[in-house]
This record gives sequence, structure tokens and C-alpha cells, in this order.
Amino acid sequence: MATSDVTVDNDLRNAERALQHHFADMEQQQETSTFGMWMFLLTEIMFFGGLFTAYLVYRSSYYQAFVEGSQKMNIWLGATNTAVLICSSLTMALGVRAAQTGRRKLMVVLLLITILFGLGFLGIKGIEYHEHWTHHEFPGPDFHFETIDKTPPVDPTHTEIYFSLYWAMTGLHALHMVIGVGLVSWLVIAGWMGAFTPSYFTPVEIIGLYWHFVDLVWIYLFPLLYLISKKHGG
Amino acid sequence: MNHAQEHIAPESHLSPVGLYVGIWATLMVCTGLTVFAASIDLGIFNIVVALLIATIKGTLVVLFFMHLKYSSRLTMVTVIAALFWLFLMFSLTLTDYLTRHWATGGI
Amino acid sequence: MEMATALQTVETENYLNSNYGIKSWLLTTDHKRIAMLYLMSITVMFWIGGFFAMMIRLELLTPAGDLVTSDTYNKLFSMHGIIMVFFFLIPSVPAVIGNFVIPMMVGAKDLAFPRVNLLSWYIYMLGACTALFAMVTGGVDTGWTFYTPFSTTYSNTHVIGAAIGIFITGFSSILTGLNFIVTIHRMRAPGLTWRRLPLFCWSNYAAALIMVLGTPVIAITLLLVALERAFNIGVFNPQLGGDPLLFQHLFWFYSHPAVYIMILPGMGVISEIVTCFSRKRVFGYEFVALASIAIAVLGFVVWAHHMFVAGISVYAALVFSLLSYLVAIPSAVKVFNWTATMYKGSISYNTPMLYAFGFIGLFTIGGLTGIFLASLGLDVHVHDTYFVVAHFHYVMVGGMVMAYMAGLHFWWPKMTGRMYPEAWAKLSALLVFVGFNTTFFPQFILGYMGMPRRYHAYPPEFQVLNVLSTAGASILAVGYVLPMIYFLWSLRYGEQAPPNPWNAVGLEWMTASPPPTHNFDETPIVTWEAYDYEHQPQEEVTVGH
Repeated sequence: MATSDVTVDNDLRNAERALQHHFADMEQQQETSTFGMWMFLLTEIMFFGGLFTAYLVYRSSYYQAFVEGSQKMNIWLGATNTAVLICSSLTMALGVRAAQTGRRKLMVVLLLITILFGLGFLGIKGIEYHEHWTHHEFPGPDFHFETIDKTPPVDPTHTEIYFSLYWAMTGLHALHMVIGVGLVSWLVIAGWMGAFTPSYFTPVEIIGLYWHFVDLVWIYLFPLLYLISKKHGG
Repeated sequence: MNHAQEHIAPESHLSPVGLYVGIWATLMVCTGLTVFAASIDLGIFNIVVALLIATIKGTLVVLFFMHLKYSSRLTMVTVIAALFWLFLMFSLTLTDYLTRHWATGGI
Repeated sequence: MEMATALQTVETENYLNSNYGIKSWLLTTDHKRIAMLYLMSITVMFWIGGFFAMMIRLELLTPAGDLVTSDTYNKLFSMHGIIMVFFFLIPSVPAVIGNFVIPMMVGAKDLAFPRVNLLSWYIYMLGACTALFAMVTGGVDTGWTFYTPFSTTYSNTHVIGAAIGIFITGFSSILTGLNFIVTIHRMRAPGLTWRRLPLFCWSNYAAALIMVLGTPVIAITLLLVALERAFNIGVFNPQLGGDPLLFQHLFWFYSHPAVYIMILPGMGVISEIVTCFSRKRVFGYEFVALASIAIAVLGFVVWAHHMFVAGISVYAALVFSLLSYLVAIPSAVKVFNWTATMYKGSISYNTPMLYAFGFIGLFTIGGLTGIFLASLGLDVHVHDTYFVVAHFHYVMVGGMVMAYMAGLHFWWPKMTGRMYPEAWAKLSALLVFVGFNTTFFPQFILGYMGMPRRYHAYPPEFQVLNVLSTAGASILAVGYVLPMIYFLWSLRYGEQAPPNPWNAVGLEWMTASPPPTHNFDETPIVTWEAYDYEHQPQEEVTVGH
């Protein structure tokens, strides 16, 4: 197996330095921090959950309007973005693993690739947003909706609600991506300077959890927003 | 020499690289599958299939990328609690929306 | 027994004097100092909220709306509600007493995440300042309930500012709850099993569960309200295809459990006090502990009882009505168990115990009137009347604020190292009890007779009871002012407190008063059951000097 580039001494000293005074040992600190992040993700699930509830209520009441709205989504960009996030989760998981095995340089490279994937996602999202914006598919007084096949819209008022939820849900998700990219950037810098070793890599692990969670939200957003109907926009 | 493999924190589980790549591949296939399934008209089952595939993907992410499979029971309880509370919010809200028309419709 | 006179007058090092200067307070990570920061903040908010209450009661002295315009009156009751609910009641016991005492109760040196704890306070301050700014620059008139489409479309007041203030403070609550849950799971001293945990920890744990699961929902909901108002989106606006009832569902999904966030920590305080001043273990400890969890869980499935007459399906209303009856059961279990604890106990009538008595009686009345409201037929009659106002003030003020006062008095010696003057404290407790009932009991009658809430004018036949209510409010105010004065007085002139002035059982009583920054020199090892008053160890080991 490849050797790590962390010595035992470095590792132990690092763990000692990172141990906070109110914990008995690093094991307790690491378990506590991980549990804390899971709890935080639980709050995030409920935060997004409110929007999903609104989506559920309106979709069940105004299905046709949602179908027509969904048809204006670019399914290929959406699917590409889904793939991008899945790849980023792979590199993130491998990055955590590299930290766990003391492979500092590999960890930094993997995290940098993760950031690139994240920025790629945001870029593609930006393209989509631009498209919708120029077509006035944004809720508010300037909203204007044309169906994919130019037939008269069946329920434009409620398609506007669909778009409200689209922008709110993907917007909130994108905000979380931006924060995620920021957090992983911090990991890259701190990691490059040797802050993480096999006995202490808790920040890498918990930010990894956050990153996977953001991927998880998109895994649900994609089918719910993009794949409602089998006729799709290009 | 000092191999850091000897100094992995005792409670941390180390997954093999192959596992991560395998999960990644499965997730990619599922994504393709869900896009494909959306192009077929299954009527009411389109949403069921879509959510089923999404849940499979989500479960894989949570179990393997987020290491839930190797985590404490407490973590598992936390995840289940999240799902349960979402379920409460969805289902009880729907008791209103799905039954509003009953009063006019007949029952 | 403790010999107070033998205590040295030379101050030992404790968390208050270990470091001086404002920076040592503003950058502290010590949970005890953070608790004191919260104490100061929420006391300020309490008086601001109280000021609005005073204005309301002054207006209601006369049937005509002659003190303020109806628009202003709308702002008064809105701001009273927002401040009291979000900026006083929700943080009160958890952020002040919980922060101080929970780490010690579990035998830890601090909470799991001390820096997050400090962040929590800063977030609270930011949210409070934002909301106050919105209030000072024009106010908000939607009621603390922000119903749409009035709040999103038709109101001309500072809805966005108030909503954002609450949104920000919500994160303070979430982080505190998260900290408590993780601490209680992961930082308990060796030997401290769940069955030996003080009930105050169980109650705060249950409240923390609600904080963590519910608050995010109101956060996203208020965010949507702000977006809708700012950008004229229509998620909750019927004219634009939205459903105003969806707002109410999402709002009450948090705001009903929120009342349990408020009351559960108070119940925890009462459990601690009743057992100590009856010199008896809590009757049915497991039942009280599980009742806390049951309240937290059941509290999440009853929210639409606030919407019975709003237009929800009658079938949904039936479901929620039934569930609302169920949620009363665990509360009743607690009341029975406290009573049974006192039976054949050796009761002392110290101030904390007096407040506890008040709590048990008044919370029971408030809780029972909640059952009235859970009944569909009755609710149609009394919804939006003073009956509801009386109900929630009985549980919140007669219950929760009394519990907060009880807790402040009980743990004051521990927090400050000083005793408060007992005679003045007893007098204040009496004034609070008399003032409270005089203020709010007439409101049950008013509501039943049909006086609507949130109106600044009323038919003349309601005046007598309204005058009585306002008179009671002034007595109540005196009852709250006195502790402000004597607590402050005690900081300088109060008798020095021993480590365990009440001879209570619990890890926090084994530290000095006030405790050292690190709480315990060595992690204690717990070998005794909770509330072991029968075999109370006679202070063989003081852990922490």
C-alpha cells in the first residue's frame, strides 16, 4: 500500500493540539463532532422539508400546471448536473479517505477536484437560470409563460407557483452549494498546511457529510422538478 | 517507516476505494435509468418509479458515502427521526388537502 | 449542613472573577458566562415586551378606542407577541438556566460545542436588534402569527424586517437545541445513565428535539413570506394562485410545538424544585421522563387545532382535534406525579417552592382550558376571543414565567454566589400570583361572553372586567419589578451563598457557589440514583473547590 506522508509523531502532536479541553479524549471529540453534524443535517432536512411540503401540496392540487412548467426544464442540463454532483461526492468521499490514511497531497487534489465539480454545477445552473430569466419564467409581475408546444397554457397562474418553487428550491440548494464550496476551500488550505492527520481529520469528515447531504437534496430535486412529464424542452 | 495506516483512529472504518467507485457507478446508472423511465408513459407510476430510484440513490449516498452503515446506532436513529418528521409534516398536511373536496363531493 | 458563617470572605476563583474586562465576556466560551449574557439580553426584551403589554391594557381600560388608533393597537399586540414569544419565552429557561446548569448536571466541563454556544448568543442579539429596529422604525401589525395574504401583500408595516429578525433568532434556538442534545448524549459523566439523569435534563432534551426539528420550518416559511413580499411572488397569495392556508400549516407546524419548547424546560425546573423542597424522590421518575418525550412528539401532530375555523377540511379537523386531546395526557401525568411527590413529603415553603405551587395550579387551569379549545364545537364559539388569550397566558405566564422565576430563585445562589432576600421574594411571588389571576381570569369570562381578541375597542358591557384585568396587570408588574431590584441588590449586599443552600441532590450542587470556570477538578463518577433524598450523602466529597 502507498505510504502516507505523515509521521507518527506529527500525527500524535496534531491530535494533541486539536483536542479541546472539555473532551476526555480525541475519540469523544470526534464522535461528538460527527453527531453534531448529523444533527445539523437533520435541521437542514426540515428546512428544505418546508419547501417540499409546499411542492407536495401544490403539485397534488394543480398537476397539469406543474406538468407544463416542468416541460420547460432542460432535462439534459439537469441530468448532467446530477452526474456532476455524483462525481463530486465520489471525489469528496475519496478525499476524506485520503485524510484518514494520511495522504495529504492526494487529499488536497481530490478536494480541489470536488470544488471544480461544485463550480461546474453552479455554472450549469447559472446557464439554466439565465435561460429561464430571459424567457420571463420568473414569478412576479413580469412572469410570462409559453408552453413547450405553443398551445395555450392550461393554468398559467399555478404554473407560476411551479416556477416559484423551482427558483426557491434550486436557489436554496445553490446557496448551500456555494457554502459547501467555501467550506471545502478552507479544507484545501488548512489541509495543505498539514492540519489533518489520521488521528485528527474531523473537519474533513464532517464537511464531507455536509457535501453529500447537498448532493442528496439534488437527487430528489431533479426528478421532482425536471421529470414530471415525458415531453421535455431541449 | 511510519505508515499512517497503523494510526487510523480506532473507531474509524476505512472503506476500500473500490467500494466508493462501485457506488458511484451505481448512482450514475440510476441517474440514466431515471431519465429513461421519465420518457416512458407509465401514468400514475411515473412518480412512483422516479421517487423509488431517487430513494435508492439517496440510500446509497447515506449508507456508503456518509458512512451510516458504519456509524453508531444513535446516528441511525437521527436519520430515521428526520425521515419520520418529514413524513409527519407531509402526511398530516395532506389530511387537509386531500379531503377538502369530500364535504362537497359526497361521503 | 452547611455553615455559611464559616465560609471565607476572601473570594475564591470562580467563573465570574477569573477574568476581567468586556473582551473576556464578549469572547467567552464558558457556558456559565454565556448564560449570564443571555440573562441580560432576555431581561431587556422582557421589559420591552412588557411595555407593549402595558400599552394594550391601558387602551383596554375604556370601551372606546381612544388611547391609540386601531392601526397602532395592531402594532402593539403584534410586537408584544413577537417579543414575548420569540425573544423571551423560547430562550428563557434553556438559554439562561439550561446553559448554566446542564453541563454541571451531566458532570461535564462545558457544553459539547462551546464556540457554537457563543455564536448562538450573537445570532440571538443580531435577530433581536433586527426585530427591534423594524419595530422602532415603524412597527409590524400582522400579529405574531403573520397570516397571509395580509402580511405578504396588504400590510404597510415592516413585515420583512420583523420576519428576518425572527428568522435569524431561529438559528440561535436551533444551535442551542443541537448543543443540548449532543451534550446530553455524549458528555455524561461515567455512571450517569439516562435513568439517573435529572429531569431538568430530560425536559430540556425534549425541548431541544423540538427546537431542532421545528424551527427550520418556520425559518423557511418566514423566508418565503419575506420573498413574497419583496418580489410579489404568489406562494401564499390567493390572487396569484397560492393558498393562505398553506402558510398557516407551515407556520403552526413550528409554532404549536414551540409552545412546548417554552413549557417543557419550565416543567423541568418544577421537577427539580418539587423534589428538593419535598425532600423526596420524584414519584414515577420514568413516567415523568417519558412524558417529556411524549409531549415533544405529540406536540408535532396537533398544529391544525389553530386552524379549525380557517377553512381546513372538517375531516382533517377531526383528526387534529383527537390528537390534541391526546397531547394533554403526558402533561397530566406530570402534574399527578408532582403532586404525588409532595404527598407525605417534608415541604418547605421557600420562594422557589411557592412559584412551583403557583405553576402547578395555574398550568393545570391553562391546560384544561386548552382541552376546551381542542373541542371543535367549543372552538367555533371561543376562537379569536379572549378565552384563547386567557388560556395561553395561563400556561405561558401562570405556567412558564412562574417556572422561570422559580428557577432563577432556585439557582441564583449557584449562579451568583449570593442569596436573594427571602422575605421580599415571597412577597413578590404573592404579588405575581394575585396580580396574574386578577389580570387573566376575567379574560376567560370576557372571551366566553364574546369579546374578540385583537380589537382596540369593545362593547361597554365588557368594561368592568377589562378594568379589573388592567388593575391586575399593574399588580403583576410590581411583582416583576421587585425581583429586578432585589436580585440586583443581592449581587452586592446579599448573603454569601454556600455550595448547596437548599441541600439539594445533584452534581451542580457539589460545586462551589459560584462555580469555577472548569466546573469540576476531576470528572465525577456517579454512583447514586437521581433525587436520592432518602440516602442523601452528607457532602463527603466536594468536587471542585
